[in-house]
Amino acid sequence: MLASIGANSLEDLFSHLPSEVRLNRALKIAPGQSEYEIVDYFRARGEENANGYASFLGAGVYHHYRPVLVDTVVSRGEFLTSYTPYQAEISQGTLTTIFEFQTMICQLTGMEVANASMYDGSTAVPEAAMMAMRVTGRDRIVVARSVHPEYREVLLTYAQHQGMPVTECSFDRDRGTLDLEDLERKVDDQTAAIIIQSPNFFGIVEDARRAAEIAHRKGALLIFVFAEAVSLGLLEPARDADIVAGELQSFAISPGYGGPFAGIIATKEKFMRQMPGRIVGETKDSRGNRAFCLTLATREQHIRREKATSNICTNQALIALMATVFMTVYGKEGLRELAEQNLSKAHYLASKVPLRFSGPFFNEFVASTNGRTPDQVNVALLHKRVIGGLPLRRFYPELDNAMLLCATEMSRREKMDLVAEAFQG
Amino acid sequence: MIRKVRQHINQNEPLVFERSSPGKRGYQLPKLDVRPVDPIEALGATNTRAEIEGFPEISEVEAIRHFTRLSTHNYAIDLGLYPLGSCTMKYNPRVNEQVARIEGLAWAHPYQPEVLSQGILEVMGTLERMLAEITGMDAVTLQPAAGAHGEFTGILLVRALLESRGNPRKKLLIPDSAHGTNPATATTAGYAVENIKSNDRGMVDVEALARSVSEDVAALMITNPNTLGVFEENITRIAEIMHAKGALVYMDGANMNALVGIARPGDFGVDVMHLNLHKTFSTPHGGGGPGSGPVAVKSHLEPFLPKPRLQKAGDRWTWNYERPQSIGRVRAYYGNVGMHIRALAYVMAHGGDGLRNATLDAVLNANYIRKLIEPYYDLPLNAPSMHECVFSDDRQAKRGVRTGDIAKRLIDYGFHPYTVSFPLIVHGALMIEPTETESKDELDLFVDALISIAKEVEEQPELVLKAPHLTRTSRVDEVTAARKPVVRWKPGAAAGKAAD
Repeated sequence: MLASIGANSLEDLFSHLPSEVRLNRALKIAPGQSEYEIVDYFRARGEENANGYASFLGAGVYHHYRPVLVDTVVSRGEFLTSYTPYQAEISQGTLTTIFEFQTMICQLTGMEVANASMYDGSTAVPEAAMMAMRVTGRDRIVVARSVHPEYREVLLTYAQHQGMPVTECSFDRDRGTLDLEDLERKVDDQTAAIIIQSPNFFGIVEDARRAAEIAHRKGALLIFVFAEAVSLGLLEPARDADIVAGELQSFAISPGYGGPFAGIIATKEKFMRQMPGRIVGETKDSRGNRAFCLTLATREQHIRREKATSNICTNQALIALMATVFMTVYGKEGLRELAEQNLSKAHYLASKVPLRFSGPFFNEFVASTNGRTPDQVNVALLHKRVIGGLPLRRFYPELDNAMLLCATEMSRREKMDLVAEAFQG
Repeated sequence: MIRKVRQHINQNEPLVFERSSPGKRGYQLPKLDVRPVDPIEALGATNTRAEIEGFPEISEVEAIRHFTRLSTHNYAIDLGLYPLGSCTMKYNPRVNEQVARIEGLAWAHPYQPEVLSQGILEVMGTLERMLAEITGMDAVTLQPAAGAHGEFTGILLVRALLESRGNPRKKLLIPDSAHGTNPATATTAGYAVENIKSNDRGMVDVEALARSVSEDVAALMITNPNTLGVFEENITRIAEIMHAKGALVYMDGANMNALVGIARPGDFGVDVMHLNLHKTFSTPHGGGGPGSGPVAVKSHLEPFLPKPRLQKAGDRWTWNYERPQSIGRVRAYYGNVGMHIRALAYVMAHGGDGLRNATLDAVLNANYIRKLIEPYYDLPLNAPSMHECVFSDDRQAKRGVRTGDIAKRLIDYGFHPYTVSFPLIVHGALMIEPTETESKDELDLFVDALISIAKEVEEQPELVLKAPHLTRTSRVDEVTAARKPVVRWKPGAAAGKAAD
C-alpha cells in the first residue's frame, strides 16, 4: 500500500505536519490488553459498586425489569453499527423503527407529532423552552419547583445565554402539587411557556388541565414534562399541553449510573416545524412501495447552520430503539398492568411510613423520617443490603427530614417491610 | 462486474401496528405480592386513562421477527466499509458491549451512595486521565451527551472565562468548511457567527483571520484536521493571533482519529475542545446515537467546567458540587456513562502504541483510496490528506451525474456511500473516510466500485442516475416526504396509501 502511494514509511504520511505540533514521545498509556484482561478489569470495577442490593431510589431513574428481547434486538449489528439513516435505501430498518417510535410516543403522550429522540429528559426541557420562544415570540419561562431539580439546573444553563428569564413557581406545602395561585401570579403576557412535570419530582400527579388553562389564558404554551414513562400506562396524558418533553429511561434502559438515556419531544402538528431534532416521514420509493426517510431537514443544523432550530446532530437512536422494543413487548395491556403493579407496590410501601404530602401519587412519594434523619434511616438499611430513598434536603432545604422513596414491579414485599422497620428505628 | 452484491430475498414487514390484533401479548409479569390498588381510587377518575389507543398488541415471536426482519433492511459496519467522511465509522468491538452490561456497572443508580459507586467512578476518572493525555489538555468533563452538546459546553466555558475577565464578547469566527453544528452551537450559546474563508489549499486563510480578529471576537471554532481532511499547518500561528487579541481557540475534535498519538491539540495552542467517543473511541453509532462528547480544557478553563466535578480525596472518588465558577449542569447526572465504559475498554485494548498505530492505518487507508481514485475523479485541493479525502463530481457533472447519484450507485456495489455534498466549500463533494478498520482487500473492492462507476458515467449515465437498482427499496422520494409530512402511523392508513 505504501508503494502504491509513493511513500517509504507510515511516518512519511505525516511529514507535512510542522515539527512543533508533533508529539515526540509515546503516549503515557499502558500497552494494549487482551479481551480477557479487559473483561476481568471491568468485572472488578462492577464488584466495587453496589451489588445485590435492593434499591428504593427513583428521582428520575427507575429500576424496571428489562425484557430479554430488548438486548437481543439492539445487539444486532445491523442496528448497532449503522449511523444516522441519511441513505434511506439501505436504512429502512432504522427508519421504520423510528417511525414506529414516533407513533408510539404520540399514542402515549396524546400529542400529534414526535421527533426521533433527544439526549435525555433534562436536555429535552430547555430545547422545549427554546421551541416555545420561537413559537410565541416571547422570552419568559415559568417553571414549577416540583420539576426535577437537575432538569431545572440544565434549563438555567441554557436559559442564561438565550436572554430567557426563568421564574420558579412554588409548590403546595400540604399536597405537594403545583401552587396554582402562585402560578397565576407569575404568568404574564411575556411568558412563552409554563413548565410542569407529572408525576412531579415528589411523585405526585399534577393537574395539567388547570395549568394549561392558566397558560393559554395568557397566550403562553404549556410544556408538560415526564420523567417516569411507565406512569403513562395508567395516567391520562396531558392532551391540553402544547409540547411534551420526557425521559424514557423507564422503558428498558438500564440505570447505567445516569446514562445513556433517551429524551423525547412531542407536540401539536401546527408546531412541527419549530421542533428540534431528527424526524422520520413516510413516502414512496421510485417503484411506488412504501418507504421512510429523514424529513423536514430544513430545520436542522446541517442545512440551516446558525439559523437551525437546535444544534443537535447525533441523538440517542439505539436507546430509542430499546424503548420501542419495550413498548412493543409490553404493548397495550402490558404497559397498563406494569403501571398498575407499580402503583400497588408504591401504595403498599407508603401505607407503612408517614407521608409528607397528601396529593395523589404513582410509584414515588415523599416520606417524613420523623425523629430521625434520612441518613440515619439509610445507614440502617445499608446494613441490610437495602439502598433507601433520596434525602430531599440536598435539593429542597425546606424539606428537611424527608426522603423520596420509589417502588416498582421489582420491589419485593419483604424488602419493603425492611424499609418500614427502618423508619420505626 | 459487481463483485460484492448479489440479490437475495429478505422479507417484507408491515408496521407493528398493522401486525397487531386485540388481546395478543408478549410479556409476563410476576404475580403481585401486595394488595392490588384500584387506579381510580388512588389517582382519581380524571387522572386515569382508559387505554393507550393504537398501542401494539403482538406476541413475543412476532416481536422478534418484526425487528429482526427490519434489521435486514439496514446496511451497517458489520456488513462492510461505511466510509462516511467525518463520521469515523470504525469497528465497534463487542467486548465493549459486554463489559458495559456488567451488572454492577449497568444497574448503578446515579444517586446511590458514593461509597457503593467507587468502581464506576474509577472507570470515569481513568478515562478522564487517558483523554487528557491523548489531547494534551489539563482537565476533562465527561458530562456532554454528544459532539454538538460538547461544543455547546465548550463555548459556554469560553463565555464564562471571558465574562470573568469583564467582557464575554459578541461573536465566534468559524471557517466556511466547518460542520453545521458549529454555527448552530454559537447561536445556542448566544454568539453571532462570522465566517472565515478558506484559502486555495483548503486551510484557514491566516491573513483573513488576522483581519477579522477584534475585541468583539470570543473564539475561533476550528476543526483540525478540517473537514477536507487537511491538517491546518498554520495552527500554531493561528492560535497566537487569537491569543494576542485575548480570544480563545476551540477545536472541534470530530477528526481526532487523524491525530491520536501523533499530535496533541493541547500542544498546538488549543484552549478547549470536544471529542466524539462514538467516532474516535469506537462506541457504536447505533443508527444515530447515543454519542458522548467529552470536553477537554487547559487549566485556565478548569474552574468553569460543568458541575459536579469528579475528584479523588485520598483513595476515594467523590463528586464535588462546590464549584462557584462552574457554568452549571449541561445534563442531569454525569453523562452517557455507558459510553465512557466502552471508550475506556477501547483505550485499554489498544494501549498507547496501538492507538498510535490505529491513526497511522487510518491515514494510510485514506491516502491509498485517494491515490487510486485520483485518475477518475476530480481532486479539488491537492494538500496532503490525513484520515479522509475529498473529491468533487466535477467530471461526472458534465455528464449530468452528481455526487448524490454516484453515492446511490455505490449502494448497488454493496457499500454504504461516502458523505455527500459536504464540506459545502467543495461543489459536489465526495467525502471519504475509510478508518483503520478496513483491510486492503475491502479498500480494493471499494476502489474498483468507484472506478467502475466513473466508467458507467461515461458509457451509460442513466444506469447511475436511476440507482440503486439492486436494493429492496429503490430511490426514495424525499421531496414528497418534506412537502406532505406523514410522521406517524394512523389507523386506516393502509400500507402505501398514507403518502397519497
